[in-house]
Amino acid sequence: MANIIISQAVDGSLTFYMPKKDLEEKVQSLEFTQADKWGGELKLASGQSYYIDPIIEPRLPKSLRARRMD
Amino acid sequence: MGRALEGKNMTKLSKDEAQALINDVLEVYPAKAREDRAKHLDFADGGDGGESQKCVTSNRKSLPGVMTIRGCAYAGSKGVVWGPIKDMIHISHGPVGCGQYSRAGRRNYYIGTTGVDSFGTMNFTSDFQEKDIVFGGDKKLAKLIGELDQLFPLNRGISVQSECPIGLIGDDIEAVSKSSSREINKPVVPVRCEGFRGVSQSLGHHIANDSIRDYVFDREDGGSGPEPGPYDVAILGDYNIGGDAWSSRILLEEMGLRVVAQWSGDGTLAEMEQTPKVKLNLLHCYRSMNYISRHMEEKYGIPWIEYNFFGPTKIAESLRKIASYFDDSIKEGAEKVIARYQPMMQAVIDKYKPRLEGKKVMLYVGGLRPRHVIGAYEDLGMEVVGTGYEFGHKDDYQRTNEHVNNATLIYDDVTGFEFEEFVKRVKPDLVGSGVKEKYIFQKMGVPFRQMHSWDYSGPYHGYDGFAIFAKDMDMTLNNPCWGSIIPPWKQAGETEQAAVA
Repeated sequence: MANIIISQAVDGSLTFYMPKKDLEEKVQSLEFTQADKWGGELKLASGQSYYIDPIIEPRLPKSLRARRMD
Repeated sequence: MGRALEGKNMTKLSKDEAQALINDVLEVYPAKAREDRAKHLDFADGGDGGESQKCVTSNRKSLPGVMTIRGCAYAGSKGVVWGPIKDMIHISHGPVGCGQYSRAGRRNYYIGTTGVDSFGTMNFTSDFQEKDIVFGGDKKLAKLIGELDQLFPLNRGISVQSECPIGLIGDDIEAVSKSSSREINKPVVPVRCEGFRGVSQSLGHHIANDSIRDYVFDREDGGSGPEPGPYDVAILGDYNIGGDAWSSRILLEEMGLRVVAQWSGDGTLAEMEQTPKVKLNLLHCYRSMNYISRHMEEKYGIPWIEYNFFGPTKIAESLRKIASYFDDSIKEGAEKVIARYQPMMQAVIDKYKPRLEGKKVMLYVGGLRPRHVIGAYEDLGMEVVGTGYEFGHKDDYQRTNEHVNNATLIYDDVTGFEFEEFVKRVKPDLVGSGVKEKYIFQKMGVPFRQMHSWDYSGPYHGYDGFAIFAKDMDMTLNNPCWGSIIPPWKQAGETEQAAVA
């Protein structure tokens, strides 16, 4: 589990930021994006994927815990 | 390649030429290093095909063996973010050198009496010796904090900026800070910014931002400032280099906003504590203060916007953008400010543009300047043909795309060799970079401005700053000294040789 921050990029897409690794990547896809279920598998532009427990849609930016899937 | 470029001195590189140039420069490296460095060098190709999201690789460890201009996490925290907070004492905790060699070098101006109520240019260090490494330095730190408070009773707080050994020997500066804070009844902020953390000063900014979040915002009995008003704003990421924040602040105040905090140039602890109550955070240096802006957005619901106070075009754009967050009185105020300064700026442009028009500039700086100053050069009719960040991240390069023209060279963490080769081949009329690059280029006969500390000039922000910027660029570029770089006996020797051959 690692702390991450999901935020809105300038172009409207999501950005994934992991402070510990200073890793900043565009989010390519997020499994659930409904208002009451938001989260799940998160695919990054670099090919890695992370998992965040689904929550109700948060106000971005939001600090979350994520698990590596690969 | 070099010859071909020399011939067309005044025209810009084409994309093919830019790629060929990069390939040429990379040639010298061994295969593995070449592969790595290739990812950091690129050129803008926004011209055709519309939106380009192409980005160089950034925020990676510098290659061993090359000459890099980057700093360390301590530089990012003590030198950039915490250092300018004038009413706090920032202890360089560890051996004496880190603090002494970074002391007062950044020209963060402030108002106050140094050594009495302000401590910006002073160096406080725990001066680690061998025995402190062996037996630990916690006791020394506790004693030091006590002594500091006795000697400088008007300090508002203390920050402990760790140098490398602190992390290596595992001192518990958090515990010392906590107990010392209780003793002197002032905030003592431990900052874990050991130099070995991260790849550049960028992580130091982040660590410093986090420590402000944890120890300044969440502090009990903190933040009893003035009543919050409807037009409160905070200037974030302006370090008042040569007075930058002051020349920005007057514009904001003139349009009707109340600037309650400056982070961190000429800033104070009280101003930081007041910031979570503002209506809008104005972010100048995105790289070093976006973390705390995002935090305030998440926790206090304060929106933040990036603005650019370099050059009249961008200033007008930014003032309108800032005003759009407020009511009509501010919007009118912004228009009034723009209308008042526009004629003065036109006079500046009329005076200097004929002397500077068409000149090419290469930049290599840090933070926000690689993209923000482009507008100011363009106002003077100059063209930026190459730009790069020392410690930028991907989002910096994404933001750069909209500012640069087709085939502008982009270089991340450029090495000494690469930068020199680029300048030799592209032959810019002016190079803007830091003190470490300055003398190489000056000796090569290339006009150079130090764009970290404005070459001991400034301010460059705001309308007043633009006038100084234009004057400085003219003074450097059109200085007759550049024609006298090659000594007469060498000139003579060359012509003789040419004649023989």
